[in-house]
Amino acid sequence: MINAVGRELPEKIGSYVVKPYAGPSQKIEAEQTVCSRRKPSKRAVAETKLMPDLKAAIQACGLRDGMTISFHHSFREGDHIVGQVLSTIKELGIRGLRFAPSAVVNIKNPSIVDFVKDGTIDRIQASGIRGELGDAVVEGLELAEPVILRPHGARPHAIETGELSIDVAFIGASAADDFGNCTGQVGPNACGSLGYSFIDATCAEKVVVITDNLVPYPCVPISISQMYVDYVVKVDQIGDSAKIGAGAARRTKNPRDLLIAQRAADVMAASRLFKDGYSFQTGAGAISIACTDFLAEHTEKAGIQASYALGGMTANIVEMHKKGLVRTLLCSQSFDAVAARAIVDSPNIIEIDNSMYANMFNKSCALDKLNFGVLGALEIDVDFNINILTGSNGEMMSGIGGGPDVADGADISIVTLPIVRGRIPSVVNKVFTCCTPGSSVAVVVTEAGIALNPKHKSYEMLKEDLQKAGIKTVSIEDLLETAYSLTGVPKPIETTDKITCIVEYRDGTVIDVIRQIKRD
Amino acid sequence: MQTAKLKRTSLYVSGASPINMIQAAFYNEDCLVYDLEDSVPASEKDAARLLVYNTVRYHRPANKYVIIRVNGIYSEYIDEDLEAAVRANPDAIRIPKVEYKEEVIRICQRITEIETAAGMEVGKIEVWCNIESYLGLINAYDIATADPRVVALALGAEDFTASMKSHRTKEGLEIFYARNALLTACRHAGVEAIDAVFSDINDVEGLKEDTALTRNLGFDGKTCVHPRQIDVVNSFFTPSQKEIKYALRVLQAVEEGKLQKKGAVTLDGSMIDKPMELRARTTLAQAEAAGINVGEELL
Repeated sequence: MINAVGRELPEKIGSYVVKPYAGPSQKIEAEQTVCSRRKPSKRAVAETKLMPDLKAAIQACGLRDGMTISFHHSFREGDHIVGQVLSTIKELGIRGLRFAPSAVVNIKNPSIVDFVKDGTIDRIQASGIRGELGDAVVEGLELAEPVILRPHGARPHAIETGELSIDVAFIGASAADDFGNCTGQVGPNACGSLGYSFIDATCAEKVVVITDNLVPYPCVPISISQMYVDYVVKVDQIGDSAKIGAGAARRTKNPRDLLIAQRAADVMAASRLFKDGYSFQTGAGAISIACTDFLAEHTEKAGIQASYALGGMTANIVEMHKKGLVRTLLCSQSFDAVAARAIVDSPNIIEIDNSMYANMFNKSCALDKLNFGVLGALEIDVDFNINILTGSNGEMMSGIGGGPDVADGADISIVTLPIVRGRIPSVVNKVFTCCTPGSSVAVVVTEAGIALNPKHKSYEMLKEDLQKAGIKTVSIEDLLETAYSLTGVPKPIETTDKITCIVEYRDGTVIDVIRQIKRD
Repeated sequence: MQTAKLKRTSLYVSGASPINMIQAAFYNEDCLVYDLEDSVPASEKDAARLLVYNTVRYHRPANKYVIIRVNGIYSEYIDEDLEAAVRANPDAIRIPKVEYKEEVIRICQRITEIETAAGMEVGKIEVWCNIESYLGLINAYDIATADPRVVALALGAEDFTASMKSHRTKEGLEIFYARNALLTACRHAGVEAIDAVFSDINDVEGLKEDTALTRNLGFDGKTCVHPRQIDVVNSFFTPSQKEIKYALRVLQAVEEGKLQKKGAVTLDGSMIDKPMELRARTTLAQAEAAGINVGEELL
């Protein structure tokens, strides 16, 4: 069958029944109540939650072959928890687990691929599997079923519908007390918001908090409450603080990226929605960080204040807040050390549940009020569809993140990317992997020009506003022609029939699949 | 109708860097200078020449004044550089370290020979001369008037200060005389004057101060050493309302003169010559480039 972005899909992939993507924001009303595996449990007063080591905690949870385990990825490439837990599970001889972190970042020591090869893990679900694991998967790494990739907003939905049912959640925390109250905001390895773990804490059958900073009861602040936590383990090191985020990310000096960032900020400032009380999400890539700076300049010049910034926070968004340019930061993730430690200092920087951020099946989510969302992309095509996962050779370059959620939720979604990267075009005729449908993309900003999507809900408004501001636009076809004139038309990536990844949209439907890359 | 091409900013891009050559076309510089000289190592000269030739000939960026800077007049590369540069058909060829008018005459003759051999329109390619020594400065007027192809002189401050045994400073007092002398020669010769680069790419405030001086002295543009400098420099070449109004009056007088079939046109008692008309068109083009709507009928 063919879905609404023209992707050919089978009706079933193993036991997975494909619900094809059917168009913008397909809200599926469910009859069932929200699923949670959490059980009432009366604890004897003398009974301790503090386990001597990971092995004891895993055994106490009753982890068995075939179960599902989860993690958050807020420690980024500095994470030492995933490796320690999987190594302990392997030692215990438990096999065939479903590995379901919020995302897999590029953890190399130990290698996640090795845990697949030795049978500890045989299924994976995440928002992304960037790095060694992702590359191995698209090359055909043997798993019991294809990897399911979901945007940030879809993961809590999958958990609440029971599609992703978590047996044991392992939650890393930079401070915790012996009853399991914990946070990521303080301690030597602070990672900031634990927004991804709230849903795991409330819905998993067993919850283990892992920290290297055991503090006297009660831990302050409390991000995740003791009432969800079964066991606490103190380990020597939960992460490498230098890799978690050593400081504020430096603003890029790349003139091309600065040009794109400036143009994206100019587009926002030209919009009639750019007024006192506007809201934005800019993100953490090089272009995004620079764009935040330019947006701050526009905001200051206009003498206005944004009502809130959303999603992943960076040092320069915190700086905007301190200058009074944005009233509130709704922080589902902290991208650097400054942002990680800022939450405790200001009552208007709020750690939020990732589900509150982006889950469209909540009674509402914060994205529903967002004016401007800035997104990165690896490729965009003439239908404005976005690929944020796979590179020019089909390799796994990134995770889906919250991009599809932000594009759909924001009034004006702005995709920023260079039209070519090295010898590779970023504007293409058809993206290799569709992650975000073009119908939800308002505008694409490149160094070669700005193209509006005539099919977007904000098209007429934005066209009028940009014309009024004297901002010139080109068509997406013009950008394609420029890109191809520089690089030539790339040869299509050849694949086998084997589906390695299922790419879900924010509504739980399938927007695309990734087939195994054919190599000579 | 003849139009004035803006020359507020000239960005050098190395002929040895394909990535930078691709990206350079997307910035807001008026003039894009593909460099075969200082930025290209000796081992890369052949490859850079071929790359620049192909880029200018077949992938010429739209809406840019395209220049090729060749290697020095006495270098071993100049013959092959000129052969490739002329056949690539840029708007101009930029000659480094010019010191005598005879050098310009010789280069221009060679350009004519190549144009003729290639069946190209003779005389279309313009020439910019870089003035980078005290000798070049002393002879600036002779250089500017050596051949009708010469349309601009550009000051190269680093080599100039070296030839003077002076020290380069951010404030630029050591090149103050050179700036004025070059401008005087250019104005007298009726060619454009391009100011030297501001070298510290991280000092935006310094660049602003330096460009304010560039503009106030009367230069037509400035060479940029990095894309990040372009928008700052361009912003200093936004004409005032008074300048725009005067330019509109000049062009209106020219149009009226044409309608009335007058040979000579005057405004406020002064005759309007071709350079005045071009200057007026440049002023309006600068205003348009800065987003000021001046109306289209006279452009």
